[in-house]
Amino acid sequence: MKEEQKLEVIVLLKQVPSTESFVSISENGLSVKTDDVKWVINPYDEFAVEEALRIKEAHGGSGSVTILSVGTEKAVEAIRTALAMGADKGILINDSAAYNCDGLQTAKILAAAIKNMPFDMIVAGQRAVDGDNYMVGSAVAEFLNIPAVTMVMKETIADRKITCSRTVEGGTVVVEAPLPALITTQRGLNEPRYASLPGIMKAKKKPLEIKSLKDIGLDAAGIGGSKTKIISLKYPPERKGGKIIAGETAADKARALVKALHEEAKAV
Amino acid sequence: MSCGVLAIAEQVNGVFRKVTYEALSEGRRIADGLGCSLSVAVLGSGIKSNSESLGKYGADRILVADDALLEEYMTDTYTNVIAGIVSKEKPCVIILGASSRGRDLSARLSARLDSSLAMDCISVRLDAGNVIVTRPMYGGKILAELTLEGEPRIIAIRPNSMKIAESQKAGAVEVITADAGVTALKFVEKKLETGKMELTEADVVVSGGRGMGGPDYSSIENLAGLLGGAVGASRSAVDEGWRPHSDQVGQTGKVVSPNLYIACGISGAIQHLAGMSSSKVIVAINKDPEAPIFAKADYGVVGDLFEIVPLITEEIKKVKGL
Repeated sequence: MKEEQKLEVIVLLKQVPSTESFVSISENGLSVKTDDVKWVINPYDEFAVEEALRIKEAHGGSGSVTILSVGTEKAVEAIRTALAMGADKGILINDSAAYNCDGLQTAKILAAAIKNMPFDMIVAGQRAVDGDNYMVGSAVAEFLNIPAVTMVMKETIADRKITCSRTVEGGTVVVEAPLPALITTQRGLNEPRYASLPGIMKAKKKPLEIKSLKDIGLDAAGIGGSKTKIISLKYPPERKGGKIIAGETAADKARALVKALHEEAKAV
Repeated sequence: MSCGVLAIAEQVNGVFRKVTYEALSEGRRIADGLGCSLSVAVLGSGIKSNSESLGKYGADRILVADDALLEEYMTDTYTNVIAGIVSKEKPCVIILGASSRGRDLSARLSARLDSSLAMDCISVRLDAGNVIVTRPMYGGKILAELTLEGEPRIIAIRPNSMKIAESQKAGAVEVITADAGVTALKFVEKKLETGKMELTEADVVVSGGRGMGGPDYSSIENLAGLLGGAVGASRSAVDEGWRPHSDQVGQTGKVVSPNLYIACGISGAIQHLAGMSSSKVIVAINKDPEAPIFAKADYGVVGDLFEIVPLITEEIKKVKGL
């Protein structure tokens, strides 16, 4: 069997509030409070880290997995966690001009950073569970002029081509793309590994560079203004709830419920 | 100043998705508010005659790109064709469904056109010529109002969140020459489950959670089937392997807003609530009277779902005269 060519893989990673967190709106009504939340790797990016490691391992293990993130100093923790899972190096773009960027601006920053890096594959989450934009992966691919396949459930790489099964409403579609390519992850793609204790120890010594926009050849003008502006944040309308259907037997309850749904809620 | 709203239709095998009608209806409302026309772009192969029906939902013009290369949705060919239409028509607003295809297309298009994009919008309003959208963030825990700057602005609407309104317009079909351009992606095959109701588009969703105790969802499937709805699942049921990932409702699964959501044996973790609390009517069936889901449910039934769900199914049959 011929030796598979080694692959250089970049993972786009974002640190987000964990999905168990209650999210509360700041006094200014335009941002969320971040003091008390637990920060984690975006769950879809965790799938991306795992898939990148599997791609590297399936291709002789001599390639590398680089974690790339835009964030504050705090995001170092998330990158270290990915390094502890087995990634080789990390790059954090930490620049005050990059804070509060929208999806398109973030994609411009990531693409500018990647332009000077060797890569065969980029793996990203389908969305970050804070902004829920479903945007950055596709936009990075567009800026780099490479193909992207989103919502990937399964992939195989052979002969410099990636074959992906992507989820669509009611099923899956299989598409093929030449490398270099970008994919975004869908739940079910893999089961992310936990960082082992030796992995955590090793991660402390792995390279993690912190760069400014200037370091990647960008400035505030280069990322342009934000084209989406939040004018207010609010909580969804509180559901009243709490009406418990009374009844002696299960049959009574079922009858009372259906009566209420039919006559009151007009839902059946 | 010339302006126009461009809706993008989504068809699979010649059949338009429901969200296409939502995008057209909302696009009509925006166009009327801005005092401009509504065009709809339909891409595909052999879809000209089916496209004529779109005039009924308020389209002044129906731009059809009919090409064998466009038979299957591919990000690059579709982006190329839409970008071509945009450079010719110069719309001020582009509106489409935030389906898996619509999300993929709108994200790529926004980068191609350097345009503002708001994903999963649940409402759109106009304020002195500004377009203001409302969209959920943090899996629905927060609703954000945003203004979109520059033109065109791309609005991807969440399926099942806009009213479909018929308003017959001229809706003349214009076949346009489409340049699908170079394509890197190659379609291999598709596997679609026919007859399976899509969760995000269903009017009724019946979901089962940990309380199901195993992969037998027949009682839930029967009830969903009777109501013409879809079957959903909580994350724990999916993690147990009882249901496929595509059935998961919640912050890391699908967000649904049906008319009626029936949660069976689901306790109501914050992530699950985020995925279904925009449903119009919520019913919860759970053994545990303390389950947090009851606080969000319009109607709660405390009891054994295996006993109660089939009884509900029978009662509904009676109401429907079956």
